[in-house]
Amino acid sequence: MNWLDTILQGVLLGGLYALFAAGLSLVFGIMRLVNLAHGDLIVVAAFLILVLVTGLGLNPFLAALVALPVMFAAGWALQYFILNRTLGEDILPPLLVTFGLSIVIQNALLEGFSADSRRVPAGSLETMSLPLGPVTVGVMPLLTFLSAVAVIIVLNQIFYRTALGRAFRATSDDMVTAGLMGVEPKRIFAAATGIAMVVVTIAALYLGTRANFDPTIGPARLIYAFEAVIIGGLGSLWGTLLGGIIIGVAQTVGAAINPEWQILAGHVAFLVVLLVRPRGLFPRAID
Amino acid sequence: MDSRTNINLDWAIETKTAASRAFLAVAGVIVVAGVAAPLFLSRSTIQDLFFILTMLVLAQCWNLLAGYAGLVSVGQQAFVGFGAYAMFAAVSLAGFDPLLAILLGGLAAALLSLPLGFFVFRLQGAYFAIGTWVVAEVVRLLLAQWRALGGGTGTSLPNSATRDMWAVQLVADLFGVRSAQALDILTYWLALILACLTMGFIYWLLRTRQGLGLAAIRDNQEAARSVGVDAASLKWAVYVSVAFVTGLCGALIYVQKARISPDAAFSVVDWTAYVIFIVVIGGIGTLEGPIVGVIVFFLLQNSLADYGSWYLLVLGLIGIGVMLFAPRGLWGLFTDRTGIQFFPVRRRLVKRQDRSSTDNLQGGRDG
Amino acid sequence: MMALLETHGLTAFYGDFQALFGVDVSLHEGETVAIIGANGAGKSTLMRSISGVIANARDAIRFEGDAIGDLPAAKVVARGIAMVPEGRKLFASLSVEENLLMGRYGRKVDGPWSLGSVYELFPILEERRDQPSTSLSGGQQQMVAIGRALMSNPRVLLCDEISLGLAPVVIRDIYAAFPRIKDSGASIIIVEQDIGQAMKVADRVYCMMEGRVTLEGRAGDLGRDAIHAAYFGAVS
Repeated sequence: MNWLDTILQGVLLGGLYALFAAGLSLVFGIMRLVNLAHGDLIVVAAFLILVLVTGLGLNPFLAALVALPVMFAAGWALQYFILNRTLGEDILPPLLVTFGLSIVIQNALLEGFSADSRRVPAGSLETMSLPLGPVTVGVMPLLTFLSAVAVIIVLNQIFYRTALGRAFRATSDDMVTAGLMGVEPKRIFAAATGIAMVVVTIAALYLGTRANFDPTIGPARLIYAFEAVIIGGLGSLWGTLLGGIIIGVAQTVGAAINPEWQILAGHVAFLVVLLVRPRGLFPRAID
Repeated sequence: MDSRTNINLDWAIETKTAASRAFLAVAGVIVVAGVAAPLFLSRSTIQDLFFILTMLVLAQCWNLLAGYAGLVSVGQQAFVGFGAYAMFAAVSLAGFDPLLAILLGGLAAALLSLPLGFFVFRLQGAYFAIGTWVVAEVVRLLLAQWRALGGGTGTSLPNSATRDMWAVQLVADLFGVRSAQALDILTYWLALILACLTMGFIYWLLRTRQGLGLAAIRDNQEAARSVGVDAASLKWAVYVSVAFVTGLCGALIYVQKARISPDAAFSVVDWTAYVIFIVVIGGIGTLEGPIVGVIVFFLLQNSLADYGSWYLLVLGLIGIGVMLFAPRGLWGLFTDRTGIQFFPVRRRLVKRQDRSSTDNLQGGRDG
Repeated sequence: MMALLETHGLTAFYGDFQALFGVDVSLHEGETVAIIGANGAGKSTLMRSISGVIANARDAIRFEGDAIGDLPAAKVVARGIAMVPEGRKLFASLSVEENLLMGRYGRKVDGPWSLGSVYELFPILEERRDQPSTSLSGGQQQMVAIGRALMSNPRVLLCDEISLGLAPVVIRDIYAAFPRIKDSGASIIIVEQDIGQAMKVADRVYCMMEGRVTLEGRAGDLGRDAIHAAYFGAVS
């Protein structure tokens, strides 16, 4: 077994998991909301891209570009009209409503698309690879990882260099005082979920082109995303990338030892980190 | 004239109301009818009732965990599955009587809750919830490796084990039926007993000091701790005891099914999604809510069973709607209008001599 | 002359608890008004009502003639009423400069106040502009809070207990900035526990006790006994 190759594959896989996790981390950071339907929304975006590709004949990247504003609007509306109503002192409503949403989305997709496995065709890109010294790297996995890095850079720029980002951070610190500054929490939260959905769409592009997907794989994506966020530490996007990489490497190494152990290995890595560093590797000082 | 020195003898704490006393009488009748049910109901009805009763037990358990202790778990399927697998192992591999194996299943689940709790209690709120899901997945994946119990595809209980189970032959002779049907009757009775015991235990718990402490934790954990409520111990106690009952129930369910697989025993949909919907739609944080919820759930399932994923979709939409617009569920709507409670836990201060005195001082929703 | 800001029979509740029982106060253009009273008198509740943190009856609060009682905080600041909240309430994740910039988020109106002029008013802040706001001393944090409110070029500035927890010498330094704030055209309401400081800065004074106004008058006209009685409710 080529260890270098296995680990590299794991690192690149980590990029995909980081893309799953970035949106989750963003939303939780701003409004302390964990959307249990997050994974299913990734699947929705994947189906949207699939429909655009097969229906309009667009190439997947273009289809994803078209899907971005649609998903942004959907996320904005979801937050503004439904999820905003659940926010408050009680932790139950957001959990239960988003759990219900997860079930509704999965079954709506099952009704609309049946349980068949699909894949977004990416033509020659699917098999293209790049020789990098002692290893060859698939082009798509490399693009996935680079996209994850790019997304995190952009998100950090938004957070730390723009007025909107200031408003996000201020709202997360103190919603009432942010209101005194003119921030309307309802709109800010809606914008945050909208941005999260944009990231979700990018994640869906790479999910859909990489492997088969069907309406029921959402919850597993949620779990990987969640594990990456916890390992990285709440509030740190780079930490989320590292978390994704750790899970990815654990999975590929586990799979190399015994294919049946792939998923279990990822969970075990998560549990180990949870044991040793319950707040993650880069927790933010204030919580 | 009156001596004011013995004030504490004049007052007592009461929870019973007129409605609850009436309900207690009616409930007694229902239980007796339930015991006699196999005499006059068909086999499939008995199986339906078994399903309703076991779902009720799971719902009451989840309600205690989430609605009272504030521990929202979406991973209770870990205990259903583990209890069931422990039972299977005890029967298939060690030759235990299934009845005893059910008890072992409960104990195994309680033991499992210790390491699981150790991990998940490191997390809060929504992350706690997903954490419970993750550990449930880990347990499922690990058990799927157990070749002796069928690995990923599962296995069946040997016929002899169920046929020779304690009292099955007795019941078969009593009712003049074959042992398979006798098993259904026996497991139904066990489910009835479990349901009554579970609800009795929860009702008793809520009326103790610990129960008051639980309600306090749910409302405001910090404030509760500041008045001396040991939040951590209470949460552990609830988590482990719920795991025990959930494991018992899982083992019982799979004795009746007699066939197990990891995907079925650890199904998120069957053992968590359905349970959550039952509790939410019925009314979270009340004892009556899950009863209402399980009835609604059963009726919905019967009418929509043929429609595949539409059934879950509708259930999900109803659940979301209830959570947004009637967060206290159907029972909550009823009790808000009428003030009737069948399992009243609100504590009232009552003057001893005159129970209907207007000097009653009522506390909040839970005392 | 119509008041710039006034309340009529303002009531406010925290759940079942009534904090304000029909409060009438007014602020005229260019004035500085002080609200004094013991803890729990309702002073901060009054500020939070005016700034929109607490919702009230629409007509109970009027600003430039418009009824604003039920407006949320974001809309109130857009109209030109800025609050320096009790306890300063700086954003912990933001630097000094970012906190100041947040002041402009809801109301981007040009006027005498900008980053530059705020830094002129409180030079120490410019030195520490990129530091996390929580690393500053109490007095400096109060300066940030005031500067943040000024950034919106408000017509009315509400200052809620800005001397709380600060040493007297620091309080003096902060109030030393007030003349310049007044000169820039802002009308000010201050809530103060320090009666002496309030009297020095204010044109008119209201005294509150248990949710009601118990005394009102020009700062110079009010005698000590009258204030004592109004503050504590005892007949001295």
